[in-house]
Amino acid sequence: MTAESITIRRLKEAFGSHIRETHAYRGDDTVVIDREALVNVATLLKQDADLEYSFLIDITAVDYLKTDKAPRFEVVYHFFSLPHKQRVRIKVPLAADDLEIDSLVPLWPGANWYEREVYDMFGVRFRGHPNLKRILLYEEFEGHPLRKDYPYNKRQPIVKPGGNI
Amino acid sequence: MIVEKAIKTQPMVIQLGPSHPAMHGTIKIVVELDGEVVTRADVEIGYLHRAFEKHCEEGTYFQAIPYTDRLNYVSPMICNFGYGMGVEKLLGIQVTERCEFIRLIMSEISRVSDHLTSVGASAMELGAMTAFLYMIKAREFFWELIEAACGARVTVAFVRIGGVKADLPEGFGEKARRAISEVRQTLKEVDGLLTKNPIFTDRMQGVGAITTADAVSYGFTGPLLRACGVNYDVRKYQPYHVYDRLNFDVPTGSNGDNYDRYLVRMQEIEQSLRLIEQALAKIPPGPINVDLEGRVMAASEMTDRGKLGDTQGLTDYRAFLSPNLQGMEKSRYQLNNTTDKNVALPPKESVYTSIEGLMNHFKLVMLGHGIRPPQGEVYSAVEGANGEFGFYMVSDGSDRPYRVHVRAPCFPLMAALHRMIEGGMVADIVPTFGSINMIGGELDR
Repeated sequence: MTAESITIRRLKEAFGSHIRETHAYRGDDTVVIDREALVNVATLLKQDADLEYSFLIDITAVDYLKTDKAPRFEVVYHFFSLPHKQRVRIKVPLAADDLEIDSLVPLWPGANWYEREVYDMFGVRFRGHPNLKRILLYEEFEGHPLRKDYPYNKRQPIVKPGGNI
Repeated sequence: MIVEKAIKTQPMVIQLGPSHPAMHGTIKIVVELDGEVVTRADVEIGYLHRAFEKHCEEGTYFQAIPYTDRLNYVSPMICNFGYGMGVEKLLGIQVTERCEFIRLIMSEISRVSDHLTSVGASAMELGAMTAFLYMIKAREFFWELIEAACGARVTVAFVRIGGVKADLPEGFGEKARRAISEVRQTLKEVDGLLTKNPIFTDRMQGVGAITTADAVSYGFTGPLLRACGVNYDVRKYQPYHVYDRLNFDVPTGSNGDNYDRYLVRMQEIEQSLRLIEQALAKIPPGPINVDLEGRVMAASEMTDRGKLGDTQGLTDYRAFLSPNLQGMEKSRYQLNNTTDKNVALPPKESVYTSIEGLMNHFKLVMLGHGIRPPQGEVYSAVEGANGEFGFYMVSDGSDRPYRVHVRAPCFPLMAALHRMIEGGMVADIVPTFGSINMIGGELDR
């Protein structure tokens, strides 16, 4: 096991109490944090001169319903630092009965669509998002299909009540 | 002034798409127009959503490979390799050197065909039909190479976890060099037709521009980011395959407009051709899976050992059989794959003739057995034709991926499309949208 990367070290120094877990499985730096700290962690990642994670590469989520992991959901952020050629993954666990997290749109406008997709697929609500609505599916769609309790073969044709097709 | 007062005007809302000849794939742009100027634009996507990620969770690791073809259907090989690399990272295995070279060659061939399509199509939308036909002709040479290597042209499914489906066919190098010289010739012709053509440059220069800061904050990657002057390329920054052993440049622009994107793509084609030439010259020869050398035994000897119950380590050997046996000619294709028994399918010859081979095959293809990466999560990225193509995968230790998420390069580009077209003319939407090279398959998944 090599030494901890500078990213994990800096985050531990700054947010020690909010960091639940860190690991570098297969070389991917991963930090699991409390949701209260998300915006501050993201700001530090973006602005710290030693880190400079200027790219928000991706936002997604995982539903751990079928494992014994608790809480059930995790929102996963991937950042990339161009000058340091580093990647980091930030994970925020969320309980199923309180699926809310701060939006990163004020920091990265690119977060807008990613967050809409996570909302669409998992039902996670992003506080402060300017336009939180479905993106890939249609407005009338019921449920959030990437949740593990959504059957993969369920069909939802667009049928208006009382209409013919 | 008098006229303006007399004529009452109001903004007009029109919908471009989802069925519109310039909306590659299906996408809807709702624009609010003041005369011919776009004042607001709202981009709606999702018309090609086919639950890729959900389907991946329902099948085994093998079964997701054909789905990955359909992500970027203009350069499917790159998506294939991205997926393969992700699973390999999850498993912690290495592929052979020759396989890395084959993957690199096929990736670059795909990248060239993608750029040829993209540049050709956006030129056509500006009326340059000739350039389009030339580009498609050149692309045809490269698609023939893809067909020669894997048998299909678009839905390739060329990757195998731990390898590739097939070795390069006989005479591939010669054929590739001929195709490269044809493409170079076409590029020269198209360059002469477009690059300094005032009809083309007037429509492209200064149109659809985005600032570097905006591009970074939206998460742009690929040719659009490089057109803004940022030289980010996964192949240089986090080299995979054998990119760090070959020479190539990362072309960049400066203005971030459509014209620079065109120039960047044209130069990238040349760099990709360079890479293919170098890789063809350096590819290690002959049977690749060197670990198997010395571990081949006659089928009769293998059977005798089996009868005596001496099966210790027997699965590491390959049976040597009569070349007349059906399926024998396929064995060299197996040599591209990793030796890891719990990942790569065994050669057909041993499946047909030995109980160990049959069991090995059976264990891999039966539901509930198969490839079982240890619990964990990885993110692995390749440089797709449109930018960083990433796979985030979670394994729960079973034979099916617990979660597969695709980071599609088009997604952030499309999220910023409204920034590129607002304030411009309605007619400029088409070249700007063309310069993004939106691929519905990877955008909507």
